[in-house]
Amino acid sequence: MKTIDKLAILADAAKYDASCSSSGTASRHSLGGKGVGSSEGSGICHAYAPDGRCISLLKILLTNFCIYECSYCINRNSSNVARARFTTKEVVDLTLDFYKRNYIEGLFLSSGVIQTPDYTMAQLVEVARSLREDHDFRGYIHLKTIPDADGELLADAGRYADRLSINVELPTRVALSELAPEKDHRTIKLSMARIRAKSDEHAEARRAAGRVTSQRPRSRDMGRFAPAGQSTQMIIGAEPSTDADILDTTADLYSSYRLKRVYFSAFSPIPDASARLPARRTSLMREHRLYQSDWLMRFYGYGPREITAGTDDSAAAGMLDLDIDPKLAWALRNRPYFPVDLNRDDRERLLRVPGLGVKSVNRILNIRRWQKIRLEDLVAMKAGVKKAMPFTRCAGHHPGLGEAPSALLRQRFAPAASAQQTFDF
Amino acid sequence: MSAHQPSLFGDGDTAADQAVVRFKPDFAGWQRAARRHLAAGVAPEAIWWQPDPDHVSGGDTPAPANATTVPKRFIDWAKAAACHSADDRWALLYRLLWRITHGERHLLSLAGDADVARITRYAKNVRRDVHKMKAFVRFRAVAEPGHEAPRYIAWFEPTHHIVDYAAGFFVRRFANMRWSILTPEGCVHWNGQGHADSTTKPWFGPGASKHEAPDGDDLETAWQIYYASIFNPARVKWNAMRSEMPVKYWKNMPEAQLIPKLVAGADQRVATMEANIKDGDTLHCGPRPATPEATSQAGLASRPAFSLERLAGQAELCRACGLCGPATQTVFGEGPANARLMIVGEQPGDQEDLAGRPFVGPAGQLLDRALAAAGIERGQVYLTNAVKHFKFTPAGKKRLHAKPDYHEVAACRPWLDNELALVNPERIVTLGATAAQALLQRRVAVTRERGRPIEWQSRMIWPTIHPSYLLRTQDTHGPGFSRFVADLEAAIA
Repeated sequence: MKTIDKLAILADAAKYDASCSSSGTASRHSLGGKGVGSSEGSGICHAYAPDGRCISLLKILLTNFCIYECSYCINRNSSNVARARFTTKEVVDLTLDFYKRNYIEGLFLSSGVIQTPDYTMAQLVEVARSLREDHDFRGYIHLKTIPDADGELLADAGRYADRLSINVELPTRVALSELAPEKDHRTIKLSMARIRAKSDEHAEARRAAGRVTSQRPRSRDMGRFAPAGQSTQMIIGAEPSTDADILDTTADLYSSYRLKRVYFSAFSPIPDASARLPARRTSLMREHRLYQSDWLMRFYGYGPREITAGTDDSAAAGMLDLDIDPKLAWALRNRPYFPVDLNRDDRERLLRVPGLGVKSVNRILNIRRWQKIRLEDLVAMKAGVKKAMPFTRCAGHHPGLGEAPSALLRQRFAPAASAQQTFDF
Repeated sequence: MSAHQPSLFGDGDTAADQAVVRFKPDFAGWQRAARRHLAAGVAPEAIWWQPDPDHVSGGDTPAPANATTVPKRFIDWAKAAACHSADDRWALLYRLLWRITHGERHLLSLAGDADVARITRYAKNVRRDVHKMKAFVRFRAVAEPGHEAPRYIAWFEPTHHIVDYAAGFFVRRFANMRWSILTPEGCVHWNGQGHADSTTKPWFGPGASKHEAPDGDDLETAWQIYYASIFNPARVKWNAMRSEMPVKYWKNMPEAQLIPKLVAGADQRVATMEANIKDGDTLHCGPRPATPEATSQAGLASRPAFSLERLAGQAELCRACGLCGPATQTVFGEGPANARLMIVGEQPGDQEDLAGRPFVGPAGQLLDRALAAAGIERGQVYLTNAVKHFKFTPAGKKRLHAKPDYHEVAACRPWLDNELALVNPERIVTLGATAAQALLQRRVAVTRERGRPIEWQSRMIWPTIHPSYLLRTQDTHGPGFSRFVADLEAAIA
């Protein structure tokens, strides 16, 4: 089979992984080196597919042969799809050729499991090793980690890769054992724990080296273990877990293994799908609301239970309101918390105002050191003034408590029924 | 503050009291002129900024270099805003400079100010344009005589004047390639290849036209195949794509040519997939591996009956309470099966949950120190916990310890009972109230009952505090620690 035909099969097989991020790794460049590559903080999306997803990495599988039988997966053992397997050299050459033409930021390499987890993992690590050592490649590498793979392989993976990830696949243990009988939440979490422990160990060694200036190697010369951290992904809507289940698991994973990101992937139909799955795709709006909730937990100080404690009639138990964003939904359920005084209240309270993002809040706090906040300031800095108004008080603006009941506000901000069908974000 | 400036008008149309300032229209050129006029105390309203690409600064009297200082943030924003295509940017920059140096040093903190909002917008527009240039430049390889490796040449059409500003990125990324980026306004070339370091500079040339750039590259077919294959037809988001990859860039991107076809065929592809649901039972990739359940059972069967090893293996699969959900793993006891002393704590913590071993975190290390001080070898003690899973509350990237409730302690009790039966220790030290209560089945006031043995099922229980209490009260070297050591000594005396 020609490389180009394998590419079609093995990219198609990789597209159900949502992550394509290339940000947050160690800063480096290729000056003084032999190869290509750099990374400078924020990642670059080199293209967007018509599904709105960023393409920053060459995201492929090493092979889509797989001994596992996970119902939701296009590559499961019994799936009647075309199969292929790249050689190490093919992946290395494609990565470098694409990189040199500025198509990509690096490589995201995953694989079906063949023979054993260790064998598969060793193949992935070899590609990363070759890129780094044979070609002095300094671009981004994301390796999917096969749960249960040997600790030595994991250590090598972390040495060559910027990011490691293991997909938790489904939000609950029960769901996973139903749909992916060969996978096990426990094994997956153990692998995440090992990655966190390795990463902690390296960070501690670097800190120790940093304290003693005469010590060699110096802390900045010591390699970092997967500097862009680890991430995971959950499939949404392939089984009956609620948004509350999903967000609880998400919060547990962030806190337990210091994940950089938890990705949600709305279940979408795959070729040759299993009858154990819903026939219809999951609403992309549900996925979007989950991402918004994830943001609220990570940057706005919300707990998972606060977000899903819906008392609103329109939301089923444990499910997010699809019509309005979770921050507005929380504000409407907690009217006594408001109005927030933009000139007096602390950061924590400002962050709860619908329409104000982290940037706007930082700007407000900056202005406040010098002068009073006026409504015009919000307009000039392009904050979400309309959304914020009923919930805030500032110079020249004092909302009466009774003037806008929650039901009315909800109606104002929810899209009209017809608009929902084509909602696009 | 309102020096509006329709700069397309000739000099004759400037207000009579405005001085015409000619300068090279880049940040450095503006900076030289601005320094000079600022030092001379010329107010913004009195200046007409007249860009002059051919202006030579040699005749200028050198401005006092450090006559005044501005926040670094202003320089960063100004460098970016200077690349903007808006004609009023020079007057805006000088007005901001004037205000910052005349009593409004904090000006840039006032995001609501009209001038600040505008420079913020200009800088943001330019940075976005630069970002899109980094993203959407597409090199094409061209063989060059005398070189084994090709030269990589791209054609790009930026919105603002950003070629200089963005060049550094391509130098750092493609330091060891020979490349050129051609744009209508100016070109940048790099001949790094192997001997470049941070002092090597790219060189800039005049603008080019599109036909000077190569019109294809063999790799583009592979790239288009990748683009088409990575697209998921079940989630077309036309607007999201277009807002991030505006149509104006499409004409120079080989993959963008496929978009109309991909979008048009998407619905049909999804419909086909949704109609084709079936469950084949033919395996295509060889035999399936054993399930985790079967693997665990096989592992258990290989361990001797009525042993601590088998007990630990069984506990790994325990689901008697809800704690197994969030926790990583069961943390079972460890130590010799014939230990005379057993130490029972409350529950594993963050570190123990990751490592799968009891007492390895901060409290465990303190316990180790106390054991050493009491002359007890850790290897001779059986260490375990009343609850075998870590109970926690997630707090961002940390886990906060949560106290196990009555039901969780009760659910775990059979494991502890079996450990006691197998180890059969003479003495038991319980750390903290939860451990003591788990065994004695009554409320225990540890601070009152510590240091004295309690006879229980023909063994001696010595209740004492949990070492995490010493960590919380920051008494790891003081009298509290000594008393803890004394309690341990008493238990083995």
